[in-house]
This record gives sequence, C-alpha cells and structure tokens, in this order.
Amino acid sequence: MTAPSARLHIAHIRKAYPGVLANDDINLSVAPGEIHAVLGENGAGKSTLMKIIFGTVKPDAGEIYWNGELVHIANPHVARKLGIAMVFQHFSLFDTLTVAENIALGLEADTDMQDLIARIRQTGEKYGLELEPNRHVHTLSVGERQRVEIVRALLTNPQLLILDEPTSVLTPQAVEKLFVTLRKLAEEGCSILYISHKLDEIRALCHSATVMRGGRVTGNCDPRNETSAGLSRMMIGEELVRLRRERNPESQRNERKLHVNRLCLPKAHLFATELKDIECEVRAGEIVGIAGVSGNGQQELLAALSGEDQRAAPNMVMLAGAAVGHLAPNPRRAKGLGLVPEERLGRGAVPTLSLSANMLLSHQKVPYVKHGMIDFAYTRKIAASIIERFKVKASGPDALAKSLSGGNLQKFIVGREMERKPSVFIVAQPTWGVDVGAAAQIHAEILALKQEGCAVLVISEELDELFALCDRLHVIAKGQLSPSIPIEQATREQVGLWMSGLWNEEAPNTGASEAAHV
Amino acid sequence: MSKSMFTSLPLRLELRGAPSQRMTYLSPVIAIVLTLLLGALLFMALGKDPVAGLKVFLVDPFSSKRAISELLLKSIPLILCALGLAVCFRASIWNIGAEGQFTVGAMCAGAMLVWIDVPDHAIPGGLGLILMIIAGVLGGAFWAGITAFLRDKFNANEILVSLMLTYVAQLLLMYVVNGPLKDPNGMNFPQSKVFSSEFMLPMLISGTRLHIGFAVTIIAAIVMAVFMMRSFRGFSLMVGGMAPHAARYAGFSSRNALWVSLLISGGFAGLAGAFEIAGPIGQLLPSVSPGYGFAAIIVAFIGRLHPVGAVFGGLIMSLLYLGGELAQSRLGLPSAITGVFQGMLLFLLLACDTLIDYRLRWKQKG
Repeated sequence: MTAPSARLHIAHIRKAYPGVLANDDINLSVAPGEIHAVLGENGAGKSTLMKIIFGTVKPDAGEIYWNGELVHIANPHVARKLGIAMVFQHFSLFDTLTVAENIALGLEADTDMQDLIARIRQTGEKYGLELEPNRHVHTLSVGERQRVEIVRALLTNPQLLILDEPTSVLTPQAVEKLFVTLRKLAEEGCSILYISHKLDEIRALCHSATVMRGGRVTGNCDPRNETSAGLSRMMIGEELVRLRRERNPESQRNERKLHVNRLCLPKAHLFATELKDIECEVRAGEIVGIAGVSGNGQQELLAALSGEDQRAAPNMVMLAGAAVGHLAPNPRRAKGLGLVPEERLGRGAVPTLSLSANMLLSHQKVPYVKHGMIDFAYTRKIAASIIERFKVKASGPDALAKSLSGGNLQKFIVGREMERKPSVFIVAQPTWGVDVGAAAQIHAEILALKQEGCAVLVISEELDELFALCDRLHVIAKGQLSPSIPIEQATREQVGLWMSGLWNEEAPNTGASEAAHV
Repeated sequence: MSKSMFTSLPLRLELRGAPSQRMTYLSPVIAIVLTLLLGALLFMALGKDPVAGLKVFLVDPFSSKRAISELLLKSIPLILCALGLAVCFRASIWNIGAEGQFTVGAMCAGAMLVWIDVPDHAIPGGLGLILMIIAGVLGGAFWAGITAFLRDKFNANEILVSLMLTYVAQLLLMYVVNGPLKDPNGMNFPQSKVFSSEFMLPMLISGTRLHIGFAVTIIAAIVMAVFMMRSFRGFSLMVGGMAPHAARYAGFSSRNALWVSLLISGGFAGLAGAFEIAGPIGQLLPSVSPGYGFAAIIVAFIGRLHPVGAVFGGLIMSLLYLGGELAQSRLGLPSAITGVFQGMLLFLLLACDTLIDYRLRWKQKG
C-alpha cells in the first residue's frame, strides 16, 4: 500500500468524535510536485483530515508516512519542522501591524527584521506575490492579505503546502494570479493539498483529486478528465437539481419594495468603508444581486439596511414606500423585512443558546411573546417545524446553535427569516462555506420566495451563485455601487473588472492591467 | 516574555470539546468542599483542632432556632445584592459597586426615617416603612445610575466607576452621620438616633431577629427567576451579554440593557441597605455593611447567576460570615478569617470553573 515515491502518504486514518465518525479508513497519497485536491461537502471530514496532517488533531488509528518514513505529528510545530505549511481559510493577521511584523510574529524571536524584509521581497518576486513589507495590513486588500499568509507559509520552505478554500475571497483575476503561483511552486517540487468545493477551479488546477463523503473516501480521479457534474456526483452521491430560473419580464413594472436612495454614510470606525451614493432598488418578484470582494462596503451596507446602523437619513432607505433609514431593526421587521446576516454564529444566532431560543432574535411578537412572557412551547414547535422543513441536521430544537455545522445553521437561519413571510428578503453570503447539497436547497428556497412575490437582495462573493439566482446584478467596490445590469448581458469578465471599481471607464481595456493587482 | 513564562510551566490548559452541563452546577459544590478542606488545613497550621474548627463553621450555626434565624437574617442582604448582580453579570455589565449602592440605599432609607420618626409624627408606621423602603431602593438605583450615565455618555469603564463610587458612598455616609443625620442626643457619636420600634421591620418569627425582609427576599428571587428565565425582557438582556452582535441584529438596545440592569441591580442593593438599618441594626452607622456588596459578587457566581442559585449562594456565604464570627469568639482566631474563607471560595470557584472548559495536560517533551 505504501507508495515509496510519495511525499505524503496517509493510511487507514480514523478519527471518531462523540456521535460522529469524522474520518473512517482514509487513504491518500501526494507525490512531490503534485497539486492534489481534497473535495467534499461540509462535514465530509476534510478539515479533520487536514488538522490531523497538520498535527492539531490526533487520529484514533492509522499511519502517516512522510517521504516514505513513518512519522508521528504531535503538533503543528512538528509539522512545520517536517516541512508542512498551511494557509487557513480565515486569515490570522493583525490589522495594525505591518506585513513584515505580522510575518515575524510566527518566527523565532531573534529574527533579524532587515533580513526578513529582504526575504519577503525575494520570495514575493520569485512567485509573483508582490508585497510591500512595510505596509500596514489594514491598508491591504483581501487578495493581498492572502498573499501575506502564503508568503508566510513559503518562508518556511515547505515541501507540502495545504490551502483551505483559498479562492473564496478573491476576484476572478486574482484567482488566475494565485493559480500561476501555485503551478510554479508545484513545478519546483512542492506538493500542494488544495481543499475546495469549486469544481471548475479544481478541474483547471489540480492533477489529482480525493473525493470525500460522510467521513469516507468515495473516489479518486484525475479532475482534468472529469466533468463538473461527474465530480459533484462523487461528492454528494446524487445529481444536483439544476436551478430553473423563471424569467419574469413583468417584474420591472411591479411595486418597488426596497429602494436605497443615494445612501451616503461616513466611516463608523477607522477600518470601516465609507458608503458613497449607493443607489439600488428591488421590486416585488425580483432577485437583485450585489457582487464584490468582501471588505468593500458590504458589511456597512447591510448594517444600514438591517437597522443596526441608524445614522442614515430616513429617506435614504425606503421599505415598501416608507422612509426607514433612521429606524431600529424591529420597526423595519414590522414593515416586512427579513434579513440573513453574513456571520451566522454571533450575529445571526447566539452560539450558546438553543435553536428554539434563537427564534426569538427575529420573532419578538405574539404568538412567540405574549404580555412580555416568552411562549417556549410555541417557539419550540415552530423551531422544530423549520428543522424538519429545511432538513437541518440537528438533534432537535434544543440543540445549541454552536453545535451545528455552518451549513446547517445557515439553513436554520434562512428558514427562521422565511418563517416571517417577508416582503423584502435580504441575504448576505447565503451559501458561504455551505456544502453543495445545502446550497442548492437554499437557492431553491430563495427562488420560491421570489415566485411568491417577495423582493430579494442577495449580497455575495460567489459569482456562480449570483449568476444562477439573480435577475439583475450590481457590483460594490470601495464603498460605491455600480449601476445594475440584467443578468443576460453580464459576463464574468466584465463583473470581474467592475469588482475593481472600474465601471466608469469608457474603455475597459485600459483598466485591465490595474485590475489584476487587486 | 509572558509567553515564555507560561511555556515554562509543566502543565498547560487544553480546551475541552464539549463542556459538561452537569459540571457547571457541580463546580460550586466542589469549590465549597475544597474551601472547607483547605480551611481545615488552615486551622491545623494555626494550631487549632481542624474538626473543632469545621464544627464551628458547619454545625454551630445550626445548633438552635436562634442560630438558624441569624443565618437566614445574614443571608438577606447577600441574596438581595446577588439577585441584582446576576442580572448585570448576565448582561455583561460588570457592576462591582453593589457595596456602594447598598451604602447609599441605607443612607437614604436612614435619612427618610430620621425625617419622619419625630415625636408626635403624623405618618403611621406602615406607611413610614414603605417610604423608607422606596427611599432605599431609589438611593441604590441612583448610585448605580451614575455608573450607567458615565458609561453611556463617556464610555467610562463600569468596573472602575462602580468600584470607585463605593468609596465615595462610604465617605458620604461618614459625612452624614457626622453631620446632618447625627443623633443630637448621641453624645457626639457618629451615628443617627435609634429608630422607634414602629419604624422597624416586623419580625417573621417571634423571639428572633429574623424580619419579614426574608420573605420579601424569597419572593424577589422567584420574581427575578421568572423575569430572567421566562420574560422577553430578561431574554434580551441575556442575549446582549452573550452575543452583542446578535443583540444588535435582533434590535435589542445595548443602552437599554446597560440602564435596566444597573438600575435593577442598584435597586436591589439599596433595598438590602434599607432592610439592614430598619432591621438588625436599627439606626444608621458608619459601618452598615461588613462587605455584603462585595461578598454578593461571589454569591452571584456560586449561584451560577441564577436567582434561585443566589438564594443558596447567599445562605452559604452567610454561613461563612457566622462561622467567622464564631471562630473569633470560640477559637480565638482573628476577624480576618471570614475574608480568608471568602477569598478561598472565590479562587477555588474560579479554578473549578476554568476546568469546566479546559483540562489540564502535562506537557510533552519536544
């Protein structure tokens, strides 16, 4: 079974948590210079496996061979010594420190700063990861921040680089650039483990793929020879329901349900984005999308729409004809607003409360609350019905929110907000980190809501998702919103350019080279 | 620097996957048992018989009807202060100044009684008591309100403000018992007159000092349990403490939570102060509180920030107070023994609570 030529070979890895078998008899081999994809739904056991390889989780059984030798990876320190580096999905950078200072934090205390700065420049030049070591991290775009993380990993001269969902925050142009870097690394003999659920990217980049489902390996393949449909079948075990978008040309004459009217908001804090002249409307029975790389004003716009930020002038946000810019979240709910925030744990739900209690965040009136007292029996009943209808994997309405996987909690929150029968539904990153099956279900529910005449606004970084759902598309960049284009006329290239804030350019070609740096 | 300090310890804390719900409630019990064991060691170190020492703490306070009534009496201010603090702490408002709110409550209630308790007074006893209680509650709430105001307007740290206001309150009390409220016939002692018996709280059990304030306290605990566990208002305060972003998303105002929890907390502390001066003390003294407001912080946490838990926590803390007093008279130990036991209990509780979420691991080499 042992492949002597493999850089990393893991055999019969098994890891059980109470009630779940996260990894069951997993085998995987990565050769030197190979870009190997690990593909699977949320909860398939990918991250557990990566944590085992990186030494943060101890397997119950199984062996790990590193360059043919049996090794015991007790902790990340050991992993780094072997030559394993990992770039996590969520960056761990301090905003107020410079690039070089951030990188120095992970190194020995006696590292020479000047020497380090030179090494950062050198590594950057070699792999096309240009970085100015003396810039503060808060001035960097998300793509640049990821570069910092990658450079940090590369400075350890790894033989194996693990990347967890690296493209979820990048523009299409930045993704291309990242791929060039990764291919160059692989040519030099570095092995790469690439975790993703984006099938087309895996097909474009990876030499081989291990597909996981329910803690087991369900397939090995060369993704270059597979279709996206074939890969997703291996991943979720069934054909994805294709979304059928009902075109409704009449919707432009429907009632205007949400109107953001020249919304301007100064920064609320130092690292916030100023909103400038945001103009957008959503009519009944229509889905409007807002694309853009995160950190370009999405959070600020969402807060101004939800009522968490009440600094806007009343008529800057119009809900069903009423000026609500100055109102708190609850009066806006009373006017028919349902809203799913981007952060599920901590904003959309209280982690340490049960699903049932979390109903009360957005259901605060009769019959949930009578005379100031909570009707727990009724609240539980509705929570249970949402769990059933949306196929939320949870032990029941008493399960704590934090005990659910991201996708399942998202299904519950979407269900909770739909239970309000909203006339305006705003959802941010509806399927971020959600597995393919759950994403398809959430998309279908959003389309059903539109069919019922609800006005839907989707804020997302996933272009695939926006192209699948929306009737019209805006792009947000640097706190400004582009004009909308009908989805039939939108192309990925154009939207990608607009994501760099270049919709005012007469000739897009002149902006192309600049856009590639973002 | 600090990192290398920690890494030099042979032990490290490792996060547990799933903290045990049962241990959340067992932790205070373990802390109490450990406190008593360490107490026994302390007695031995001081050259006393540990069995006799523990008997003074654990058995003697239950030896007679009078002793038990004293135990319940002493628990009243502790429970009342802890009820309010539990609300604050659940909302993540760190009110450390219940002692000061207690003091101002006692002072206002005392001033009210000095004002109405004059020869040939026109106000009957029952009404006088109600006015006295209202003055105490408002006084305590006002004092906590200063903290709320400074935090609200200037974002001042409520821990520091409420703590410092405690010392202001104590100096204020010192001033009034030396000045406007001083008993003119009191031979210049810094204290108010002794209130007439009709302005004292009626006794719950005759022949003891246990007054009806205990019944009020138990009712208050039940009301607060309903408020915190069943009412929507209590729920929204709790969400504000557990997940501030979720509270903003839900539309629960954090200013509202700040004011409501501090006013409730101050009101309860003020009530406790009023009960003390119209109960066991019977006049306004510079030393109205032997640290009830501070001890109540420990009581609230032993009671797991639950109103019913506060009742049990208050009884245990009362036991430590009485045991400390008895240890002075029967074992000849210094009065600091009460503080030592309180401190041990707090530290052991914090240690036990840490181990709910973390486990200790010996560090491996390499």
